[in-house]
Amino acid sequence: MAKPKLATTSLAGCFGCHMAILDIDDRILKLVELIDFDKSPVDDIKEFTGPVDIGLIEGGCCNEENVKVLQDFRKHCKVLISIGDCAINGGIPAMRNNIPLKECLEEAYLNGPTVHNPSNQIPNDDELPLILNRVYPASEIVKIDYHLPGCPPPADTLWEALVALLTDKPVALPYELVKYD
Amino acid sequence: MSATLETAVKEICQAYGNDRMRMMDIVRDVQAKLGCVDSQAMSLIASEVSAHRVEVESLVSFYAFLSTKPTGKVVIRLCDDIIDEMKGSKQVAEALKDELGIDFGETTADGLFSLEYTPCIGMCDQAPAALINDVVLPKLSGDIARAAVRTLRENPDPVMLVKDLGDGNNSHDLVRSAVNNNIRQKGEVIFADMDPGEGLKKALALSPAEVIREVKTSRLRGRGGAGFPCGMKWEFTRGAEGDQKYIICNADEGEPGTFKDRGILTEKPSLVFEGMAIGGYAIGADTGIVYLRAEYAYLRAFLENVLSEMRNNGLLGNNILGKEGFNFDIRIQMGAGAYICGEESALISSCEGLRGDPKNRPPFPAQKGYLQCPTSVNNVETLCCVARIMEKGSAWFSQTGSDGSTGTKLLSISGDCSRPGIYEAPFGITVKEMLELCGAVDAIAVQIGGASGQMICPDSYDDKICYDHIATGGSVMVFGPSRNILEVAAKFMEFFVEESCGYCTPCRVGNTLLLNGLEKIIAGKGEVADLAYLESLGESVKIASRCGLGQTSPNPVLTTLKNFRSSYEALLTEAVEGKQPTFDIKAALNDAETIIGRKSVHFKG
Repeated sequence: MAKPKLATTSLAGCFGCHMAILDIDDRILKLVELIDFDKSPVDDIKEFTGPVDIGLIEGGCCNEENVKVLQDFRKHCKVLISIGDCAINGGIPAMRNNIPLKECLEEAYLNGPTVHNPSNQIPNDDELPLILNRVYPASEIVKIDYHLPGCPPPADTLWEALVALLTDKPVALPYELVKYD
Repeated sequence: MSATLETAVKEICQAYGNDRMRMMDIVRDVQAKLGCVDSQAMSLIASEVSAHRVEVESLVSFYAFLSTKPTGKVVIRLCDDIIDEMKGSKQVAEALKDELGIDFGETTADGLFSLEYTPCIGMCDQAPAALINDVVLPKLSGDIARAAVRTLRENPDPVMLVKDLGDGNNSHDLVRSAVNNNIRQKGEVIFADMDPGEGLKKALALSPAEVIREVKTSRLRGRGGAGFPCGMKWEFTRGAEGDQKYIICNADEGEPGTFKDRGILTEKPSLVFEGMAIGGYAIGADTGIVYLRAEYAYLRAFLENVLSEMRNNGLLGNNILGKEGFNFDIRIQMGAGAYICGEESALISSCEGLRGDPKNRPPFPAQKGYLQCPTSVNNVETLCCVARIMEKGSAWFSQTGSDGSTGTKLLSISGDCSRPGIYEAPFGITVKEMLELCGAVDAIAVQIGGASGQMICPDSYDDKICYDHIATGGSVMVFGPSRNILEVAAKFMEFFVEESCGYCTPCRVGNTLLLNGLEKIIAGKGEVADLAYLESLGESVKIASRCGLGQTSPNPVLTTLKNFRSSYEALLTEAVEGKQPTFDIKAALNDAETIIGRKSVHFKG
């Protein structure tokens, strides 16, 4: 029987959650026995090869490309998991949510104290995805099946959750793995 | 601050003995005198009453009728509850905005008018209504509102607006109000005639323990809504440790759609005060406090006069009715616009000169209440019942009503019916009988018990109104076929979002989430799973909230989900490819497209 497939992506995140995936250390060898990676920065596959069993989402959505990727993940993944606080709540990027977009862009590219921008332009290239009016948690864009909180979620939490799903066991994480203070 | 104003603030503080416990009265008077309690006034009050400045500020910022910025000489507060909206408050709002040239929350440039919304002011039977300072203007229309503003421009004394005086004591010299109490059915307990002092006289012939036993035998339960046995509450308060005890009358009826206490306070105030004196005798208190909601300030002078008459007649004061050693007097504590202060522990906080924050329980007020002393907080109507029970006996009282719910109940009925008003009916009356009484012929839904009560559907019209079936503090709102039940529920949730004191997270956050969820469904973007989500969220808010507000605020959602599920289901949609129907990519990209000046590449069309 073919191994289940896993896809991952980092949207408006810092890749810290992906570092946490790598932080499972040598268990990654066991993970490779359990699954095949599909679209993911881990193996650098850019497009889905077909339906996937589990998708991991790091980060919320701050631009249109994030939305497109997330919707694509929802379409292809049987189970979709938000990992980390940015995917779940918007996280640090969402700190801009109370400031009008125009002010954010002007502060970043024109008026900020460390800005050197002789052309005095806000970057505008067709290749650059448009920024959304605010940062959205993944669950406001598509249905999310599970949420693994943490900044980032510890490697053990990710590992236990994945193994439980892949071995058809209930995801019942012990308190130590979901406690963050 | 000018020297004159400084003197004025100091004088006000002195009038209350520089007592920080009387801070509510102090800031209310300062607000009346200066038009606001500004930063300097707050500092001055703090130093006069030896409080921290932050204590004054936290009080002033809490209550809707107090402000730190100057308000107009005339403050127009338009009631925006659901019944007023049904009766045309939106047109009145537009007329006021247009005539004054300002929006709600603003003050005119000449400093003459401020315009605000306010939750239910207890005038649903004569909606739409507004408060102009302390003056109630019922039965408004756009034209009447415009005319009122023009009159006030000539002479900013709102008393000038009262042309036709209302029924009963509303035309009393000390009231002179346009309010009509619309008491349409009088019963034997509250609105029947009685010789003043008769109940008190009989009570004083008994020992306090015997009085409590009589109240217990009558099986009288609290009329505010919770229905706690009155005799038991008094027994606890009497038995609690402490020499100083208090009895407080809860006249803060803020539950939307409730206006029965307005009727009692206007027509039977001495019955209430007599009940308080009996309570004072029973529990061993020499002081009573009436906590009167700010919206009923128009009754204050009248009530003070009733109190002083009772003092003159030996029904209050020292050695009452010749009973050696029984001293009891009552003071009126004005509220300042906060629904939460109807909750007894929040009410006590307010009486103590604090924000209207509910207190942790236990200890219950009967153990440690006002100023940490044993305190019994009773509803206006409950106290009237007590006076009657003393006068006519518990057996007489308990023959009316049903087993678990003895006596009569005042119902304040409003909405889609031809005879809105106050009805005194025996407990056990069915919803159907009640609807016939008030002339509601085609009600599709009835909200019983106010915003925190339940929305019932025609299937339940044969149910009885009593503590065991459909309990109510008195509010009955009738909705006819043209009303959208989900929008009514959303309106109630908006009210709770506004009135939550914010102390505990389940109530502060939960009510907002419930409202968002409801609005999502109303917007046609809800799914089947949202109904289960709302149910479980509502239950969580009920279980986890700190006081009665959050413990009942999910009811508009929960009871409509139960009784009007098809109204919800008709609006549900199905998600396409797992996309959230509430997310609108076009709206989300609108800002960037405008700023950057090009269209989205990923989401065309």
